[in-house]
Amino acid sequence: MYRDNRRLDALFLAALISFALLPWYRLRGGFFTLDWVGDYLSDDRTWPGLAQLGHPWLWPVPVLFVISAGLRFTLSPSRRGGWLAALGAVGIAWMMIQGLSVGLRGWNWSALEVLGEVAGQQAFGAGAVGVLLCFAAMIAFGLAERGALKGDAFVLGSITLLILLVTLFVFYPLLSMFTGAFQDYDGSFTAAGVSRNIGDPNIWSLGCVTGNGGCGVAWRTFFLAICTATGTTLLGLAFALVATRMRVPFKKGLRLLTVLPIITPPFVIGLALTLMLGRAGFVTELIEDTTGWELGRWVYGLTGIWIAQMLSFTPISFLILIGVVEGVSPSMEEASQTMRASRWRTFRRVSLPLMAPGIANAFLISFIESMADFGNPLVLGGNGGVLSTEIFFAVVGAQHDPSRAAVLATVLLGFTLSAFLAQRLWLGRRNFATVSGKGDGGNHAALPRRVAWPVACVVFFWAGFTLFVYGMILFGGFVKTWGLDHTLTLQHYTRAFSVTWDGGFAWTGVAWNSFWTTMEIALIAAPLTAAVGLLTAWLIVRQRFPGRGVFEFALMMSFAIPGTVIGISYIMAFNLPPVQMTGTALILIFCFVFRNMPVGVRGGIAAMSQLDGSLDEASLTLGASSPRTLRKVILPLLRPAILAALVYSFVRAITSISAVIFLVSAKYNMATAYIVGLVENGEYGIAIAYSSVLIVVMIAVIGTFQLLVGDRRLRRRVEPVPKIKPQEVHS
Amino acid sequence: MTTQRRGAVSFQNVQKMFGAFTAIPDLTLQVEPGELVTLLGPSGCGKTTTLRMLAGLESPTSGRILIGGEDVTNLPANRRDVSMVFQSYALFPHMTVAQNVAYGLEAGGMKDGPARDAAEKGLDLVGLSGMAARLPSELSGGQQQRVAVARALVLEPQVLLLDEPLSNLDARLRRRVRTEIRQLQQRLGFTAVYVTHDQEEALAVSDRIVVMKEGQIAQKGAPRELYEQPASEFIADFIGEANVIPCVVESVADGVAMVRVGSLTQEVPARNASAGPAQLSVRANAITLQEGQGPFTGKIASSAYLGDHLEYEIDTSLGALFAIDSEGDVPLSPGTPVALGFRSRGLALIE
Repeated sequence: MYRDNRRLDALFLAALISFALLPWYRLRGGFFTLDWVGDYLSDDRTWPGLAQLGHPWLWPVPVLFVISAGLRFTLSPSRRGGWLAALGAVGIAWMMIQGLSVGLRGWNWSALEVLGEVAGQQAFGAGAVGVLLCFAAMIAFGLAERGALKGDAFVLGSITLLILLVTLFVFYPLLSMFTGAFQDYDGSFTAAGVSRNIGDPNIWSLGCVTGNGGCGVAWRTFFLAICTATGTTLLGLAFALVATRMRVPFKKGLRLLTVLPIITPPFVIGLALTLMLGRAGFVTELIEDTTGWELGRWVYGLTGIWIAQMLSFTPISFLILIGVVEGVSPSMEEASQTMRASRWRTFRRVSLPLMAPGIANAFLISFIESMADFGNPLVLGGNGGVLSTEIFFAVVGAQHDPSRAAVLATVLLGFTLSAFLAQRLWLGRRNFATVSGKGDGGNHAALPRRVAWPVACVVFFWAGFTLFVYGMILFGGFVKTWGLDHTLTLQHYTRAFSVTWDGGFAWTGVAWNSFWTTMEIALIAAPLTAAVGLLTAWLIVRQRFPGRGVFEFALMMSFAIPGTVIGISYIMAFNLPPVQMTGTALILIFCFVFRNMPVGVRGGIAAMSQLDGSLDEASLTLGASSPRTLRKVILPLLRPAILAALVYSFVRAITSISAVIFLVSAKYNMATAYIVGLVENGEYGIAIAYSSVLIVVMIAVIGTFQLLVGDRRLRRRVEPVPKIKPQEVHS
Repeated sequence: MTTQRRGAVSFQNVQKMFGAFTAIPDLTLQVEPGELVTLLGPSGCGKTTTLRMLAGLESPTSGRILIGGEDVTNLPANRRDVSMVFQSYALFPHMTVAQNVAYGLEAGGMKDGPARDAAEKGLDLVGLSGMAARLPSELSGGQQQRVAVARALVLEPQVLLLDEPLSNLDARLRRRVRTEIRQLQQRLGFTAVYVTHDQEEALAVSDRIVVMKEGQIAQKGAPRELYEQPASEFIADFIGEANVIPCVVESVADGVAMVRVGSLTQEVPARNASAGPAQLSVRANAITLQEGQGPFTGKIASSAYLGDHLEYEIDTSLGALFAIDSEGDVPLSPGTPVALGFRSRGLALIE
């Protein structure tokens, strides 16, 4: 009772500060710079909500708080709880309604003009955000007082906050994108843009099948994704079989390949291919010189993109399929062999069918990856792009047609979400490859000879090719001009990363600006992503709340939203009030957090499921609160998962391009966006040098994270260091 | 009212549903201060759910739960004055034994130093004073169990909850640890609620046993009461295995009933029985058997030699009977006809 009142008092105090002291509206110079403090009294744009009550739509805010404060002094906790939760919900709903209705220049929707003229308002500022959070806390405290979820206010608060955040950063942008498709430049509704684009033969034409010209971009992307998914799945399976079922040299090294795509900026492979097979590429020239054929620009277009994607995504399906191949219980294969089946028969009739769902899973993930890929098509697309690049050019190019971008993004989203739904609903229940707690003795059957030889040949050819490509990337930074002048030089590195001493360090290299921004944003985003991801995992695994399944599904679904779609939807959602963030570092951070969180959630769920649930319960019955339980018991035991989440989100923040390229600004430019600019200007040397430096930096930072987080100590004897398993990647 | 006192527990019309499944339809139960009450029943009978609701790890769908007279129904687990010993012990694997025991004290706001001293005392109590610096993984199962008890006891809770605390120990250790727990409880005088599915354990430690079946209380009472006067076939069979056979009550006089089984007549305490057909619970060791024919004859179906006693399955006209012979030496071979009789101890009429 006493505690219930005390936390409510804290809530009212926070609400009072937010409403009566903090600037209600967004400040041009930013809130955290504190530039506004000097003009606080004189400039009405910095005034708090209390002084903005000239806007009648703000009146409900203080009214709601006064009513709830009244309840706190008149009713007992169990009786007022429901009312508090309801008032909080009304508060959040009203903040959304007023924020979406009243824009910069009055009503946002012409239908509302019957209510009379209103003055415009700026986007939400610190005060408004504070008030929103207070309303969310009020819902949580109210429900806790009613005894929901065993009366745990922390759990309820986290759930409320996460739902609010996921709505704001996943669903609101998508919704804005859909409405954006139906809006004209001046904001009025029109279906003209949609109807112009939706039937556009450039998107949907099947000309290449019927024989009249080329196919639409949607079908070409789809065709490419099918090819890439088939190719990478077959290659990945070959790699997995060699790594787990054959005794060959360099097996350990083979597994290192799985780390490569994670630390490779997405367009680097495309870049290397250009230098090798492009018009002036040295392999092209070699072939042209020796045979006299005219190869020209053959690598630009679907073929080139396909090769680049095969190089980029084979390691990912390798990673997935290692688990699948190892997951087949050896005793099944042994059972088959004791029933006098040959190795080939065992492989075909037992091993392969058991792996089939896992193989299908790898196929669908590769399909989504290929669909969402932006870096490779951007470099190698030439004239015939794919959906993700078309979206980009629809926004930044000369055509500037947001409605077209929205339509294309919807098509792309349709493809990836279908694949995701197929994966979840159809494959979800068909997994034979399980690791049971029981020790499963026995050895995996060796591969039949007629499979083993071809598989080994393919794998070593492809591994060699991959190494060659990566070697070229490193080498390329040290030569003058690729294809023309192969004299060794450090000039690219000095141009990018030179430092001069002039009474103090001066970062004179052209890359430093974007490099430091990238580091700063990645280092802020990584712990946030890990925290949000693991908190979510904890809620999903340990708490039984209504709507948990939907919540988990929605989170995992954001995994299937291509980065390009996220980028375009963030621009459309956060460019105008009520939430305006474009051009800030904040939008980049939020983008990374909510894009990379699903992987953290997945890792967290896997790790958490291995922890005995009674550990949490023991801590609770010993009198520790949920936050204390998390801090003292769960987190120390989840160190490997935390490390993986930190590393993943850090690395992804550095290497991702697809969403970022829409969100960078002159002030906050990211490394990848900068490198793409270099490539477009033909400055390959610097681009490659910069990429190599990024790869080295990432390896160094991963090592540092490992040292910082450390190992968990459960036994005195020396434990093998937990391997950081690279997670599945999406671009 | 006793329910106002420290250590008293009261369930008032508690109902618990999991989705559409009703785990506990309507439970009303009082536990007196200083009492050790066992919740006993087959798996899925709702005993653990009841315990978890008391701990605050599940919330009841309706009804009230009181601890020491205070309504705790909506109180989260960490604000209830109870502590729990888990089936898996749930010792924090990354903390030493001392840190584990001091954990609850520190969560309650005690400073490092006093908490360490109190933890030491708690470990003394369970005879583990030398183990403070070890990790749980370095202790044996029995020692881990005692750390779990110490960790719960140092908080001096109103009620100690024990969820199948012995099920991970081997049979010999189980007997020793259950005696220790019982002695500790009687010495310190705390209230304890103990969940188990092992009737022998329940009989050994409890002041009172509450037998549950499908979320309802099937019977409650002192161990002796349950064993000697089972209220139903379920209780008779669940507590100390019994043969339940049909019989006829011929007459009742002075609290003694004349009961006829086949052509055999036997005196049995009457309880509330009246003349007419009834059910008789016969303990396995209440059956005497002799090779040959008699008024009530059966045939050995199978036999087993278990060292200090022999076990028989016997086919009779009333169905198969399970009998224990602790005097015989050489088991009779299957097919042998035997004359059966009853000892007066170990028989009870079932209402």
